[in-house]
Amino acid sequence: MFGYYLDLALHSLKRNKVLTALMVLALALGIGATITTLTVLRLLSGDPLPQKSAQLFYPQVDPYPENRPFSRSGTKLPWLMSYVDAMNLLRAGKAQRQTAVALAQVKVKPRTTEGKPFYADGVMTTADFFPMFDAPFQYGAGWSAADDDRRVQVAVISGFLNDKLYGGANSVGRMIRVEDRDFRIIGVLKSWAPQPRFYALHLGSRNYGKGEGVFMPLQAARADGIGPSMMMSYGSGSSMEHLETSPAIWLGVWLELPDASAVSAYRLFLADYARQQVALGRFQKSRTALSGLMAWLRGEHVVPDDARLQAGLAFGFLLICVVNTVGLLLAKCLRRSREIGVRRALGAGRGAIFAQFMVEAAIVGVAGGVLGLVFAELGLWGIRHQPAQYASLAHLDLAMFLFTFVVALAASLVAGLLPAWRACAVAPAPQLKAL
Amino acid sequence: MDILPILSTLRRHKITSWLLILEIALTCAIVCNAVFMIGHRLQHMRMSSGIDEHALVQVQVADIAPSPDIYARAKEDLAVLRQIPGVQAVAMTNQLPLGGSSSNASVKLDPTQRQPILSAGTYFGRDLPQTFGARLVAGRNLKPEEYIDADIAIKALATGDTKGLPAVAVVTQALAQRLWPGQNPLGKSFYLTDTVSLRVVGVLAGLARANAHDDATAQYTMILPLLMGAGKDQSYILRTRPQDRAAVLKAAVAALKKADPLRVVTRQRTYDDVRHEFFANDRAMAGILVGVIVALLTVTALGIVGLASFWVAQRRRTIGVRRALGATRGHILRYFQTENFLLATFGIALGMLLAYGINLFLMLHYELPRLPAFYFPVGAVALWLIGQLAVLGPALRAAAVPPVVATRSV
Repeated sequence: MFGYYLDLALHSLKRNKVLTALMVLALALGIGATITTLTVLRLLSGDPLPQKSAQLFYPQVDPYPENRPFSRSGTKLPWLMSYVDAMNLLRAGKAQRQTAVALAQVKVKPRTTEGKPFYADGVMTTADFFPMFDAPFQYGAGWSAADDDRRVQVAVISGFLNDKLYGGANSVGRMIRVEDRDFRIIGVLKSWAPQPRFYALHLGSRNYGKGEGVFMPLQAARADGIGPSMMMSYGSGSSMEHLETSPAIWLGVWLELPDASAVSAYRLFLADYARQQVALGRFQKSRTALSGLMAWLRGEHVVPDDARLQAGLAFGFLLICVVNTVGLLLAKCLRRSREIGVRRALGAGRGAIFAQFMVEAAIVGVAGGVLGLVFAELGLWGIRHQPAQYASLAHLDLAMFLFTFVVALAASLVAGLLPAWRACAVAPAPQLKAL
Repeated sequence: MDILPILSTLRRHKITSWLLILEIALTCAIVCNAVFMIGHRLQHMRMSSGIDEHALVQVQVADIAPSPDIYARAKEDLAVLRQIPGVQAVAMTNQLPLGGSSSNASVKLDPTQRQPILSAGTYFGRDLPQTFGARLVAGRNLKPEEYIDADIAIKALATGDTKGLPAVAVVTQALAQRLWPGQNPLGKSFYLTDTVSLRVVGVLAGLARANAHDDATAQYTMILPLLMGAGKDQSYILRTRPQDRAAVLKAAVAALKKADPLRVVTRQRTYDDVRHEFFANDRAMAGILVGVIVALLTVTALGIVGLASFWVAQRRRTIGVRRALGATRGHILRYFQTENFLLATFGIALGMLLAYGINLFLMLHYELPRLPAFYFPVGAVALWLIGQLAVLGPALRAAAVPPVVATRSV
């Protein structure tokens, strides 16, 4: 029976080519816009480390004085931590792993060739950074906690920097010049750039895009005078040279806590720590927070408003396209009342008529989906040429590819319901009489 | 034209009529809000920077080898740049209006105040108003003897010694109005920290901040008598005639490299590029919105064409009977036009309510202002026009139906 309906539907669609083209085109435009914006939104609100994000946590404390709160409303906790607090938490070692992160723009020059120096994005961090964030190594490995303490001048470089400087060869053991100091390369990462760049949040860089080129031990880099990209001071007398003792926040701290009991234990520890600092006179407020990675990203509104707005707009557009298709399908089906009357008189049940019209709607949907996919690729191509920082990441993946057809079929079947129902409600007798 | 027969016909095609009304209503609601958002973006993009935009170029350099004396380095660089033919003025600044990366400070009127009143952009550097071309409307510019090297000020901050701190500032009119509404700001003082108290000596007509993302606070800026040393975050600003910008930019880069071959030019651009880059996102969003509006109106218009054609085809016989009974072509044409006008009117009325609802939602979630009332009549006229244009073809076809159709059996 399905083959017969298919035949009938194709026949009917062919008879009214302009109307059919109109329906398919409208539906495709709506689907193209929806898939384009959804792809972007999914990319922006995605999980940067799906296998690990549930175990990563971001602690916050509040060293700001009462008369100079971090946010004007006074409710927000400071985004970053001072060196003293970050080191206190790291040394306490209450989490399974813990690391402190700051970003820096650094001048890089390969040691071997007399190449020109250039600026690269750098990360100043501690040993646990790599195992904690599952950063994959191509050659070598990261440094150890002992290296951190001894301020050993070693560096891990990214795959793309290794390709640029050493043509992708194993560069472990070679020297790289960072801000006029020599660092020994001990590891080369594979291409690794979790999106959004969760650990870079509020550290003075982009939230999306390519990862950094050089990773250095925090204390060693600071000893060489490398300063963080972001620094906010909460007291007078903070200077870039004495950041370690300054009343300034510039480090993001991350913790790995394997299960719920570890999380609640850490919460207690953090609250204790803040109360202790109040008692010591370092803090005036004992507020603390411990957010999971995804909650932290949501809370800080990482996804740009424009992307949400565009998605809303696209859904509105799709809705209008569906209404448009309902109208046109209905018009077509009412025009065919006589044909329906004849089929009913010849023995077709209401169900058969209903199925026939739904098949017709589904064909429009599939055609709309295919064309919509073309529009979505066009749309994403357009997005890639936008000035947004996530632009280069906008690509259609398999899941969204399949989802396109789900949306197309769902939209067309919803659009087909009303016309099909009207069609099967046609009474055969009056239609036959008019013949 | 008699409306009642049309209404009674429409009542017999309830579903199709409602679909058309719904489509027009949704289109109207989205288009009204999208046009409003475009206007909002365009207005934001027209933001005044307060400076002589077409006469300025920016160069940023970073030293490879750290300079022993960054203050002497900056002085030498400025002297070298001043020698370039065509250059009218030169300055070094820590930020540029609409430049992106910013330096800001919280402002208090009284050091014991619990919360700062606002955050304002802080410009450091000599000769800034003259080089930028920012207009002084009251008071005077900062004097050379009032300037303090930044490292001395930082030390003074740490020790609490007020002698090493800047004591005067030039503020914008907008900032002055916000701090002392309706009063003469000259001679008034404000605080950046408990110890840094600044007396206003001059008022600028306008000078936008580097991170001017919010129109309301975009002009909250001040210039402090602080001298920075040469560094990768500082910019050299050169003022020249608009037609000389490219040549001056090239000469400036060459001169800076000659002064110290071991450095990297990290940025060289005209101020027009600065503005262009700052609003790139807004321009892209406005472009997308225009695309959506065009696509929406096209789909709606095509929908009207489709439904109207269907209606005409369905009523061929009726039209023939009317023609045979004496109706002119004009009557038939106007019948379909009036029918479309009625449907559009219902749609627009419903659409206005929807538009208002969407706007309320956007105001709540995206800090968009209220939709101005004049968008409603403009949106209505646009949709009426599109409806009439779309129905014209099918209506003309209807008018062309010959009366003889009535006598034929189908």
